[in-house]
Amino acid sequence: MTLLELRAVDKIFGGLHAVRGVSFRVEKGSIFGLIGPNGAGKTTLFNVITGVYTPEHGQILFDGKNIAGLRPALIAERGVARTFQNIRIFRAMTVAENVMVAGHHLHKASIAAAMLRTRGYDRDEHALAKRAHELLEILGLAELASEVAGSLPYGSQRRLEIARGLMLSPQLLLLDEPAAGMNSQEARTLNDQIRFLRDQLGLTVVLVEHNMAVVMNVCESIHVVDHGETIAEGTPAEIKVHPRVLAAYLGEEEPGKAAST
Amino acid sequence: MRAIIRSVVVAAALLSIYALQMGVELAFTEYVQRIILLAGINVILAVGLNLINGTTGQFSIGHAGFMAVGAYGAAFVGVKLAGPVHGALGTGGLADAVIFNLALLAGALFAGISGLIVGMPSLRLRGDYLAVVTLGFGEIIRILFNNASFLGSATGYFGDDPSGLPAYTNFFWVFAWVSAIVVLIHNLTFSQTGRSLAAIREDEVAAEAMATPTTRLKVTAFAISAATAGIAGGLFAHMQAGVRPEDFRFEKSIDMIVMIIVGGLGSISGAILGGIFVAVSLELMRDLQQYRLVLYALLLIVIMIVRPQGLLGTRELHHLLRRKKPARPSAPTESV
Repeated sequence: MTLLELRAVDKIFGGLHAVRGVSFRVEKGSIFGLIGPNGAGKTTLFNVITGVYTPEHGQILFDGKNIAGLRPALIAERGVARTFQNIRIFRAMTVAENVMVAGHHLHKASIAAAMLRTRGYDRDEHALAKRAHELLEILGLAELASEVAGSLPYGSQRRLEIARGLMLSPQLLLLDEPAAGMNSQEARTLNDQIRFLRDQLGLTVVLVEHNMAVVMNVCESIHVVDHGETIAEGTPAEIKVHPRVLAAYLGEEEPGKAAST
Repeated sequence: MRAIIRSVVVAAALLSIYALQMGVELAFTEYVQRIILLAGINVILAVGLNLINGTTGQFSIGHAGFMAVGAYGAAFVGVKLAGPVHGALGTGGLADAVIFNLALLAGALFAGISGLIVGMPSLRLRGDYLAVVTLGFGEIIRILFNNASFLGSATGYFGDDPSGLPAYTNFFWVFAWVSAIVVLIHNLTFSQTGRSLAAIREDEVAAEAMATPTTRLKVTAFAISAATAGIAGGLFAHMQAGVRPEDFRFEKSIDMIVMIIVGGLGSISGAILGGIFVAVSLELMRDLQQYRLVLYALLLIVIMIVRPQGLLGTRELHHLLRRKKPARPSAPTESV
């Protein structure tokens, strides 16, 4: 069953055609990789899917419904969580507070109830804190819960973003370079955590990543873009030997010139 | 159980404010009492403004406008209510209390509605638009009152009675309202809504990606902030014989910003200290008149250099007393 489907999506910034006719399907419960050289349009695709940008053409079907052009908060509410390439945590707030912010659906109490601290408010607050703690536990951040988020090391901040996204109880999790800035040990842990999210929480994961060890290890299918266009799709094994992918990453061998230089 | 405990706490608080009032009236001259009342009104202004400028990270520099709406609204409604309420309840203290508090709530309502009207278009946008719009609003409102003949135009509104507005405002009512507003705003700040407001301050894009209804929350917080300024305005109006447009000049908005920056943007305890500080320092600098703004400017520069986070940063006094880790430290000082 398809959870996310892009149909011929175009995104244009002035004269720059950042995404051109990209289509792909992400099956429910899969781990899907989106790769390509720098500036290929991967993050733009994430921004189009999550509503930060409205695509000029094409459809984005999430769970069968077109979400193209909806406001980010509405798309998030429907079950699309994301992390950011350049970490965007709430730096001055604690780790636990960061996660709790994403828990509106667990906190139904009104503003008046919050001001008067009613029984219902306390109950929701308690449920929220408990859920946040569970998620921090999953990502190995539980003992840092009362630390100020901005003071965490880079890798922990990335995991905090994932925990915060999970608080939305999403169906789909978009990870934008989750392994960036992580050492190889942390990256291996990340692999396990991504699999855990899929296997135990039933999430569908789409990741943009430059760390090929992570991509090839964890992804089941991979979509490659370059200059905003699809150049290949397939399993990790197929992508590794695909001539257009190699050309995009390593440059093309020009006949006769290769030997001379 | 909770309801019983709370009623007891509220009753005890009101009783102790009442007892304090007796003490204050015995111990201090009328001049000092007036400064204490002004300090209380300032605390309401500062705590309300801090919700929007400190916690949410938006910047209003026209809050004197909302105070003016509350002041005129409360004064007008108070005058119009006096007849019917006196008719129903006689002329005792109870009737006065009913008129006064209904008038204050009406002022808060008017100010809150004008907050909605100002906030709805300007808070959709990111950045400094709110500052520009509120600056304009503050001036427009003052000029409107300057020309509204049914509110006395430039002379000010003094009600129908030649002796001016009734002086309802006293220590008891000011500090009952101060306590209520501080508790309510504190509860709001340390709730899921407060977390969401702080998240908007920290990173609006990320807040939105986490399903935070950013515009709705900002507008709501702004309206609440405007309504508290309205209460302060109503208390202010009934402290003197009338309300005049020049009570709500741009300097008044600057006073409010000084209050929250001195105390620490984002801290309720800081706002309380800042409110008291400004009331006292205004009195000490009375002879300087508008030149006090020069001193304020110097003071702000010194604070920005020596202690950019203000007296308390974003910490609360009870965090310091408990020596616990602050819940939400290091406000973004660049938003100042």
